[in-house]
Amino acid sequence: MSNFEQEKHLLEGLALNDAKVIEGIYRDNYPMIQAFILNNNGNSDEARDIFQEAMIIVYEKASSGTFELNCLLKTFIYSVCRRLWLKRLQQLHKYGNNLLENVEDTVAVEEDLELHEKHDGDFVIMENAMSKIGEPCKSLLDAYYIQKKNMQEIASDFGYTNADNAKTQKYKCLVRLKKLFFAQYKNG
Amino acid sequence: MDEILLIEAVERYLKGEMTQQEKTFFEEIRKNDPSVDQIVVEHTYLYNELDKHANVKAFKHSLYEVEQKLTLEGIIKKEQLTGKAKVVFLWNKYKRNIAVAASIAGIVSLVTAAAISTYSTNVGKNDITQLYAKINNTNIKLDQLEGKVKANANQPIHKIAPNPDFRATGFLIDGKGFIATNAHVVNRMKTIYVENSKGEYFAATTVFSDDNTDLAILKISDTAFKTIYNLPYSINKGTADLGEQIFTMGYPRNEIVYGEGYLSAKSGNEGDSTAYQVSVSVNPGNSGGPVLNKNGEIIGIITSKNSTADGVVYAAKSKNIYKLLEAAKKSGDTTNIKLPTNTSLKGLDRVQQVKKMEEFVFMVVGN
Repeated sequence: MSNFEQEKHLLEGLALNDAKVIEGIYRDNYPMIQAFILNNNGNSDEARDIFQEAMIIVYEKASSGTFELNCLLKTFIYSVCRRLWLKRLQQLHKYGNNLLENVEDTVAVEEDLELHEKHDGDFVIMENAMSKIGEPCKSLLDAYYIQKKNMQEIASDFGYTNADNAKTQKYKCLVRLKKLFFAQYKNG
Repeated sequence: MDEILLIEAVERYLKGEMTQQEKTFFEEIRKNDPSVDQIVVEHTYLYNELDKHANVKAFKHSLYEVEQKLTLEGIIKKEQLTGKAKVVFLWNKYKRNIAVAASIAGIVSLVTAAAISTYSTNVGKNDITQLYAKINNTNIKLDQLEGKVKANANQPIHKIAPNPDFRATGFLIDGKGFIATNAHVVNRMKTIYVENSKGEYFAATTVFSDDNTDLAILKISDTAFKTIYNLPYSINKGTADLGEQIFTMGYPRNEIVYGEGYLSAKSGNEGDSTAYQVSVSVNPGNSGGPVLNKNGEIIGIITSKNSTADGVVYAAKSKNIYKLLEAAKKSGDTTNIKLPTNTSLKGLDRVQQVKKMEEFVFMVVGN
């Protein structure tokens, strides 16, 4: 396989949440990022955080279906981590002395980060809306939409007499979730 | 049109479950009624968001598992820095900020204090009340127990603890069924049972116990117990800060009770360096309960309170758990307990945090 095909394969696997692919990307890239962060005023916990966020960014891009990588995945991950770390350092009022060197090894990722921030914001809004609808709605919607259980299973788990009752309840919950979600979404 | 019916229609429409005829009809309604169209648009958006949410959650879960694996293999480093990196780190900071000098002095004095308290003998433990609860045979607890047995007669997972004398708290530190609690709790029990917040009972045995730090680790020996793969909290290896907000959960009653407070001192009774002093309301039965910081990291385990002073509670430091396991490993132990190092409680509000971890906090009973 050519380099290009290999990378395409990686991204496809990532979009499908393939654990082997995720592990492979970690093995190939994590040591580099860890070294970078440890050398720039960070610790290993921070390295783990940053890398995780970068992985989520790559995942979001890969699963959007329109992702065309115009550089090596390694370069992309490095660029994202570098940018994220610089931001983190600024927030902490630390400085990245030598962080500005080697800029030629990186690609512009500003747009990707902005998009990610929006996604992340949506994620938090949904999480909040979910946490506010109360039980049994939360567990019910979680079981159906997040854990993807079928209605039959859910009916027996939650003690509904039949799947239709559970379904009606689920729709009622969904109406509440919708209200909460859009209320925050519009305010946010 | 009834909104619930409409939602159902939207869901089927998006999933492609409609027949051609239905679809045409649906699209027709949409075209003719802007208010219906508006709702369809909103719901489509909500579904997409829910879907994305589910996917990102699943992905984060995979990341977490890969991380766990690679941390074990040593590819991902854990908290401690290597000696060299630490010096560089301090030096960089030092150059910029003279305050580091003060913190080094602080560390030195802490270490000295720690050394002194470790080697000095423990005196004056008289004022300390250990927080296990004695259970009186005529007490409500047993009445309720009997009630429970009848109600759940068909479910084999519920077992009856044989007339427990003592009650305390414990929490899972490894989904394979390892529970941390206090040594003074298990020292009093010959047979030990644990009960989770759902009311399921399991038999447990002590695997390690250390009287110095008042820590014990139990293993659920019941085959009915199913391994839990993701504990939501982590166990902190470091030292918590003075003034940190903390919360705890435990079983001073037959029901789980929440309490919150703050870290009031970095050492325990008589300068005991293996413990913290916390200010939180606890009662007999809270012994062995986890003490968590706002990020959902376990920083300690409730052990005792001062019976003569108000609001003075001691909690064993969580890093003692690591020490206990390391010592056990050195002496050839092979139970291979893996402590959770990632918290998924960070950023959640307290009610959610408590809800997520409630089922991993157990009542420990025995006689």
